[in-house]
Parts: sequence; structure tokens; C-alpha cells
Amino acid sequence: MSKKLRVATTSLAGCFGCHMSLLDIDERLFTLLELVELDRSPLTDIKHCGQCDIGLIEGGICNAENVHVLYEFRKNCKILIAIGSCAITGGLPAQRNHLDLGNCLTEVYLTEPGLAHGHIPNDPELPLPLDKVHPLHEVVKIDYFIPGCPPSGDAIWKFLTDLLAGKTPELGHGLIEYD
Amino acid sequence: MSTLTDLHDDYLDSILARYDHSANNLLQMLCDVQERSGYIHTETVNYLSIKLRIPRVRIEGVATFYSFLHLQPHGEYRLLFSDNITDRMLGSQALMEKMCQQLWLQPGKVSEDGLVSINTTSCTGMCDQGPAMLVNGRAITRLTHQRVQEIASLIRSRTPLAGWPADFFHVEDNIRRSGPLFDNTSAPGDILRTALALGGKDIVEAVKNSGLRGRGGAGFPTGLKWDACRNAPGAARHVVCNADEGEPGTFKDRVLLNCQADLVFEGMTLCALAVGARHGYLYLRGEYRYLLEPLRAILQRRRDNNMLGKNILGQPGFDFDIAIHTGAGAYICGEESALIESLEGKRGVPRNRPPFPVTHGYMQQPTALDNVETFCSAALAIQMGAEKFRAIGTAKSSGSKLISVSGDCPRPGIYEYPFGMSVREVLQDCGAVNTRAVQVSGPSGVCVAESEFDRKLGFEDLPTAGAFMVFDDSRDLFEVARNFVHFFAHESCGFCTPCRVGTSMLKTTMDKIAAGLGSKYDLRDIERLDQVLQTSSHCGLGRTACNPVLHTLKHFRPAYENRLKFLEFKPAFDLDGALARARQMTGRDDVGAHLKTEET
Repeated sequence: MSKKLRVATTSLAGCFGCHMSLLDIDERLFTLLELVELDRSPLTDIKHCGQCDIGLIEGGICNAENVHVLYEFRKNCKILIAIGSCAITGGLPAQRNHLDLGNCLTEVYLTEPGLAHGHIPNDPELPLPLDKVHPLHEVVKIDYFIPGCPPSGDAIWKFLTDLLAGKTPELGHGLIEYD
Repeated sequence: MSTLTDLHDDYLDSILARYDHSANNLLQMLCDVQERSGYIHTETVNYLSIKLRIPRVRIEGVATFYSFLHLQPHGEYRLLFSDNITDRMLGSQALMEKMCQQLWLQPGKVSEDGLVSINTTSCTGMCDQGPAMLVNGRAITRLTHQRVQEIASLIRSRTPLAGWPADFFHVEDNIRRSGPLFDNTSAPGDILRTALALGGKDIVEAVKNSGLRGRGGAGFPTGLKWDACRNAPGAARHVVCNADEGEPGTFKDRVLLNCQADLVFEGMTLCALAVGARHGYLYLRGEYRYLLEPLRAILQRRRDNNMLGKNILGQPGFDFDIAIHTGAGAYICGEESALIESLEGKRGVPRNRPPFPVTHGYMQQPTALDNVETFCSAALAIQMGAEKFRAIGTAKSSGSKLISVSGDCPRPGIYEYPFGMSVREVLQDCGAVNTRAVQVSGPSGVCVAESEFDRKLGFEDLPTAGAFMVFDDSRDLFEVARNFVHFFAHESCGFCTPCRVGTSMLKTTMDKIAAGLGSKYDLRDIERLDQVLQTSSHCGLGRTACNPVLHTLKHFRPAYENRLKFLEFKPAFDLDGALARARQMTGRDDVGAHLKTEET
């Protein structure tokens, strides 16, 4: 049998819904694990990516740490896939894009009572937010997109098995949904 | 200004009366309000909403669709610099910058004292005498640094437009080569008498036999159109003349309306006779507002001479009259169904076709809608007779064609040729040298490279609505295409997603490449976008919006590739700069508060 393909996954400015959807492939997870080895992923708790064949990213880019992780994935993954609305368009987090970031921070930490002792958190441990939330493909090259919020387990399964079989992945009727 | 409520009786009521209190004339009312007050006040919207019994969103929807209408004060003097590539080539950008300096103003802003605003607008149709601008809707041509200075001081001294030197507003015809259209010297009414002698059915037959095809770009056989309109069932029929000459680089209709207006009206009137219409409309683009009074005067003279009105030229039952409607800065209204929507006082959003205007046009009634030049040519075909008309030009393109020449040549202006003239011959006539490319028929048309200069203008090979923009070897065709892409993104009506989003994405990607952040992936994205635009747009605007890019990529790919600085994909924005606001708010400047773009 040929060598298992290495797959990494992560969630950036997303809700982990796409990862939950990945788990929705249910018992097919066993079949998947016969074909692939998971590298960095919330499922393995490996903190950094090694050389991988496929990277799956859900969520858009909202802060500096997201950028570092995205770059790490792009550097290490031969094929990088944006999965779900947030990764593809910025999604829900991008709704803040029409607001000024400074006003957002002021509103949350200075105007509203009860948070952060009346100052905007400035610990160097915290990643700084970007002024706008961006979809992945505006920052690095993305090879494939799996649309959906979230894409169904069946869609993810079809996409991955196509890819593993060396075919151009195609989501036919019924596998693409946007709500 | 006293309160608006006081003014209702003075002017809003008179505007309402002028337009029959009909919501179908909403756009015309708003144009009049805009012209009088400089913007459309909330109170005015309320008042019109009550009087016309339409929701205010309908009024605001119309007002926000057209770029010459404003719902907020936009300055007593509203300056719009024509931003076509030909204006840019003549130095419009530096002149606009100078105007901004002179008036202490940024483009797109209104000065704090409410005196003036400065911005750009799509081609104003003065390409042969640019750089051009509009001041409160009036065209000013041949801008120079000195003229800009003079205008700035006239504005600072609040001199009313009527007191500005008349020379500023002078528009030349620049007819460089004439043919049957411009040489026509028939007295008003002559052709109409010939037509009356023929009768409706024979007029249609004659136009059919003349082989005349529409001059607006699509080239549909005019006789067939008139025949279809004549035979379509309907309570009333209409004749509409499309003088919304918005295609950048085209200005032939302006010249025809200035020097052959009678021929245009003659053509419309005989069309009315042919299809059985009683009402006609001339849809005049807002940029040609200065032609409105002269044209109305000509219409009045024709009425006085019984060439319009009841029982025209003594023919019992032949009643027909023409009204002029003005546009307000929307390129899309040149598309026939969008034009009809606009005529009906709505946003200029193209309709689904079919049904076509010949059966379901103005007010859903059969409508013969043709270009200015088409009506003139039809009149000529009736005057000369189908056979003689057909003898001009080529087998499938009969008659003559007006070509609007602009760009890098010593003799820009209007050239009338029989169809079948080669690009090279036109270039020779206008004195162009070292020509790299010609944009034929405007941004939505074809970019013709030197190797194709022997191609012939006509429906057989290179169909054209008339624009002929010349670029010599000092010009960068990437920048030309980028200008056109910006034009389409601005003019997309926003109705369908492929065009609304696609034209904007195309613009962003071209800007990214221009900013030196391009990679091969961006070129691939452009090609993908082109495909989406071509295959899924609602109307021709979206379908042709990618033409400038497709054609320049085909002929001048190095102009693009030279700009692709990176092998790897680069973001269009500065990542570290995107953290600046957060740094400012948190007061941080540590290593973690910065991002390097080179990380991959």
C-alpha cells in the first residue's frame, strides 16, 4: 500500500463548525484514517505543521496570529483548501469590516462597563487584530474552496476522497449549500 | 435660501405641472430640481412622494442611481472632470490636481463653505477637444492650466455660470470628412413629403431594401425592427431615439444633433409614419444638456411648420410629436431596455429580453428604438431611394458610418466613410503615426493591434458604434485597459451579482497589478473573472466589461507580464499596515505587533 498522505487542519477566525462537519462523516473517519495521517489539527493537538500534502483551513484572517498560522500552512502544505464561508469570504466575523477597529475596541473595553478594568488589553501575548477581516485567498494562494456554512460532512467526504483518488474534486448537485 | 416649504408653490408645483404630475416623468422632475437647487432636499422628496403618490424609496432609489443627482448638498459649483483615457492622455489628471490645489479641495469632497466639489465622471463625449469637464452639467472643453486657473478664480468670486466666458463652453463639430449624411442639404420637410407619398408600408419596405442596420453597435436590421413594431399588437406605439451616447470615445451623435438635428427628427417622424406611432422621445444624455434648448427650439419650429403635431403636412390623421428626456449620468441607459426604464422615470436597470422593445417597449407598448445616426440614415435612405443607399458601403453594411476619432493623432474629430474602410486608412486620414493600437467601438468593442490594421470597419469584420481611439507607441495598453475596467466597475447598474461584483473584482485585481503586487495567480484570476462575466451577466455591460482586458492580454500580454513582480502570491494590502490601528489603540510596538509580508 502506498504511503499515507499527511493532512493538517486548523480553524482561524471561524467557529469550528466546519471541523464539526468533518466529524459528521461519522464511521467514514475510520476509512479516512486508513488513507491519511493527521498532522497539526485540533484533533491531534499537534502545535505546528510539518510537511503535509493537504491543508484544510476554516475561518478567515482577523488577527496577526491567524496570519502566522496561515503562512505556516501555506509553507508546509502542497495543497491548501479554504473550507466554509468564513475562509472563503470572511463570513460572519467580516461583518465588523464596515466599522472602525478603534471604535470597536473603545466600545467594548472603554464604553461598556465590566471589561478589562477600563483599558484596551495590550499584553504582548495577545495577537493584535487586523483593521479588516480577510478571506484566506486575499493573503496567500489557495488551491481549492469548499463552500458552505458549514459544508456538509458528505461534501467534505466527497471532496477529500476525490482529491485522494487523484481526481479534480467536484461537488455536484445537493452537495453545495450556502446556509 | 428661504425654506423649501415656501418654494413649493414657486417651483415644485410648476415642475409637477410641466410633467403632468406623472410619476413616469420622475427622472425629468428630479433633473429639474437638481439643476435649480444643486441637490434634492429631503423636503422635496417628501413633497414629490405625496404629490405623485409613490413611496419615497422609489424617489430616493432613482436619485441615487444617476450620478448627476444628489440627495445631499454638493456645492454651488459641481466640477466633474471627464475621466476617459483620451482625457487622461491630454493631461486631465494634472489639471484636476491643479484645480483641487487652486480651490483647496480633495477630489470627491465638498468644500466646507459649500462652494464647490470636484470629482471625475465617465467620458463626456468631448474626446476630440479634451480635456473636458462639466460644471453644473455644462460642458467645458479644451482645458488648459490657464483655463483651470481662470475657472478657479471665477468660482472663488462666485461668478454665476452665465457670466463665464462663452468661449469656455464652445463645442466644435470638427467634421473632418463628410459624406452623404453631412452633405445632406435637404430642406426640413422634404424627406417627410417623400415619405408621405410612399406611405407607412412602403417606408418599411424601402428601409428593409436599403439594407440599413442599426448604428448604435448591435447592428440589427432597421427595416425588420420597424416591421415588427408596425405589426405588434398594442394600444399605442412609440418612437424612441437613443441619444444617450455614453460609450467612451464616441461623440458622433453630439455632432449630428448639433448640425443635422432636422434630419434626426425627420427620421423619427417618418419612422412614426411607418410604425403608426403618435409619440416620440429623444433620450439625450445628461452630458449633452447644452443641446437641450437648441433642440427644443428646432422641435418648436417644426411644430410651427406643421412637421410635428396634428395632421402633419396636411396628412389627415398623421399625428406625432417628440419630447426630449434627459439622462443624468448613467452609461447603462444606452442599453435599449434600460433606456426605456429610465424614460419611464425609473432606475436604469436593463429588462429581461425577450420580450424586446419592438413588442414590449415604452409603457409595455410596441416601440421602435434606434440610435440617432440610424434615424438620420433611414431618412437618407428614403430620400435617395433604397437602391442608391445600398450602393454605398459594402454588401452587408450599406450606407455610410460616422467614426469618432480621438487619441494620438493630429486631426481628431468626425469622419464619415462608406462602410468597408480599413483601420489603416482612417489612421492615415487622421494623421496618426507610430500607432500601437486602436480601440474600435469603445471599451466594450475591440482593441485592434498593428497586425490587424487592414481589417475593415463594417458588420462583416469590425462592427463599430463609432468610437475610434488611437494609441501610439508611447502608450501603455495595460493602463488603457485599467481605465476601461474602472469605467465598467463604475457604470455597472448593480442589478446582477456577476457584473456588480465581477467588475469590481476585475478593477481591484488590475489595481493590484498596477501597484506592483501582481503574480501569475492574479492573471489567472483575471481570466477566470472574464469567464464569469461573459457567461453569467444579465446584460451586455457585464458581458463586454472584460473585453478590454481580453483583447489587450491577447495582443499585449507583455504589458501585463512585465508588471508581475512576484513568483509567489502577494496580498493586495499591506499586512503590517493593517495592524496600525490596533497598535495605535493598544500603544504596542513590540515585535509581535508587526507582520512581515515575506514570511512564506
